[in-house]
Amino acid sequence: MRFLLIEDNEKLAKAIVDRLGLDGHVVDHAPDLETAGDCLASTGYELILLDIMLPDGDGRTFLERHRTGDNDTPVIVLTARSEVSDRVRMLDLGADDYITKPFDFSELEARCRAVLRRRQGAARNQKTFEDVVFDPLAGTVAVAGNVSDLRNRELRLLEVFFSAPDMIFSKSHLVDRLFSYDEDVSENAIEVYVGRVRKKLQGGRVKIETVRGVGYRMTAL
Amino acid sequence: MTAVRARGSLRRRLLLQLLLVAAILSVALYFTVRALAQQAAETTQDNILIASATAISEAARAERGQILVDVPYSALSMLGSIAEERVFYRVTADALTVTGYDDLPAPDAATETGNPVFTTAIYRDDEVRIAALPRRLTVGDETVILTVLVAQTRLGLAAVSLQISIAAAAAGVGFFLLSGALSWFATNNAMRPLNRLAKSVERRGPQDLSPVETSAPTELVPLLQSLNTFMGRLSASLARTEDFIAEAAHHVRTPLATVRTQSEIAMRSVRKPENKQILREVIRAADESSRSAGQLLDHAMVALRSDNLEKERLNMKDLAQDVIRSISPTADMKDIRISCSGSDTTSAVEGDPILLQNALRNLLDNAVKYSPEDSRIKVEISEAASTVRVDVLDEGRGLGDGDRSHLTERFGRGDNVRDVIGSGLGLTIVDEVVRAHGGSLALTDNQESRGTCASITLPSA
Repeated sequence: MRFLLIEDNEKLAKAIVDRLGLDGHVVDHAPDLETAGDCLASTGYELILLDIMLPDGDGRTFLERHRTGDNDTPVIVLTARSEVSDRVRMLDLGADDYITKPFDFSELEARCRAVLRRRQGAARNQKTFEDVVFDPLAGTVAVAGNVSDLRNRELRLLEVFFSAPDMIFSKSHLVDRLFSYDEDVSENAIEVYVGRVRKKLQGGRVKIETVRGVGYRMTAL
Repeated sequence: MTAVRARGSLRRRLLLQLLLVAAILSVALYFTVRALAQQAAETTQDNILIASATAISEAARAERGQILVDVPYSALSMLGSIAEERVFYRVTADALTVTGYDDLPAPDAATETGNPVFTTAIYRDDEVRIAALPRRLTVGDETVILTVLVAQTRLGLAAVSLQISIAAAAAGVGFFLLSGALSWFATNNAMRPLNRLAKSVERRGPQDLSPVETSAPTELVPLLQSLNTFMGRLSASLARTEDFIAEAAHHVRTPLATVRTQSEIAMRSVRKPENKQILREVIRAADESSRSAGQLLDHAMVALRSDNLEKERLNMKDLAQDVIRSISPTADMKDIRISCSGSDTTSAVEGDPILLQNALRNLLDNAVKYSPEDSRIKVEISEAASTVRVDVLDEGRGLGDGDRSHLTERFGRGDNVRDVIGSGLGLTIVDEVVRAHGGSLALTDNQESRGTCASITLPSA
């Protein structure tokens, strides 16, 4: 996905760009509102991450202009303000969601997904492998036409496998992707989720294979 | 807030002063009326006495060297209008008594000046008023001074003056009562602008710190001006505090966000479990400080707002659903489903939406934090006769067996949750918000499954 990050703190911005980049997202960074305007004029984004206090203006004025300009790119506000009144005002101004700094990246991803799901609803970004259709936004997987809902971690697991079918992912990589960093989880926990996903893939021509001592991969039967 | 101590009442002071003035005027009126009336009565008596004396004097004549006085009946009858009054007379020629009571005291002044003289004296045990009228009478070759003295007791006058005193006293009292009533009306009238001002200040909402713009009498203008200046300062200071809170949060959290994000990235590249553990600790510390900062600021905000609640009619279910929507991505991460049940339309309360949202958010935050993976959280909204109740039921580790009373105290945390990040302020905030709304917070065990049931009860609108 293509994100626009509007954040004036260089270090934080770089860290966010790097971190989202690791997940394969393309992130353009705008340190101020003017640059953000240029970015928006030149290309389309799936999501905007907006900081509130910016050198050349207030994120809220940007939000207002953005909404009155009939632009419906979803916006998630990155706020350092803790005041609830402030957050409520931001939602009233047209933000789709907010997340308080510092945030857990898994939470940011969860919120991005939730916002995109609410916004677009319809099936988009569907990925197909053999006879399995995975829709991360709707949170569903269809095996030979049978649709089943996915829990959050099942979804994230499938996201990893669908990003590179036939590639082997180590257990520790999967732990990183599935669990928040402050959770002390043993690698065995992954087996539970792999088991669940396997169950949901039953009946199709796709399976998740255990590569002994290395990890897992998704492959065609 | 400290209560204003009343010291004296302006209205009473004004009223007392007006009444004092009225009392002084009433007494003065009493004495003036009495003096004037008495003087009028005395003048009347004196006029009759002199008329009587004149009549006698005119009846006196000198004949062959002798002084003859025929006291006309009318001269004395005009005096005898009051039954008990006694009348005395005496006619003297120089020092000799011609006729009448010769012990009736004669004023000396009369003979010297030749003008009528009045005196008051005690005669035969009674107070008498004596009129002396001198006249030159030629008797033969000589001129003698003939003095006619007419005296009358003052019993009648005393009776008249008593009557006058009573009437004057009645007039005085009447005057006092009338001016008392008028003072009361005048005082109330004078106080009306003050009351109006007090009402117009009282009527405004708690958040309304705009200047008072009602018109007021000149004397109140300085008070109004200083009140407006004060309100201006207060609202500026409140705005500054709020800005400070927001700024402080910004400055604390942005670097923490950087630390956290960098640590997350570093976590990807390190392989050694010890290093991972160290980074995990860093992230934990960053989370903990940011959470504490957030909760402290939330707590300050709650304290600031609950002093002057901005109440409006709210539907608890809508409010709960808003909060659930905002928290569900976090719950999703642990595969926790949050359900909400309860009546849609009637669960209305009067309250501050931001504070109540904050309270619900804290409860749900706790529930998510302490719930295991893949569990359910139930939010149930129910109504009793005059209350709306929100129960948040989780399937977490419960409240533990320790003392539960300190859970709502500042920084008080359960003994069984040391491993989970928390500031110990969440429930304090909930408790304060709920109490500011006249409700209560209860923490019990979840009866259906192991876990906690946090309930807030609020008076319904």
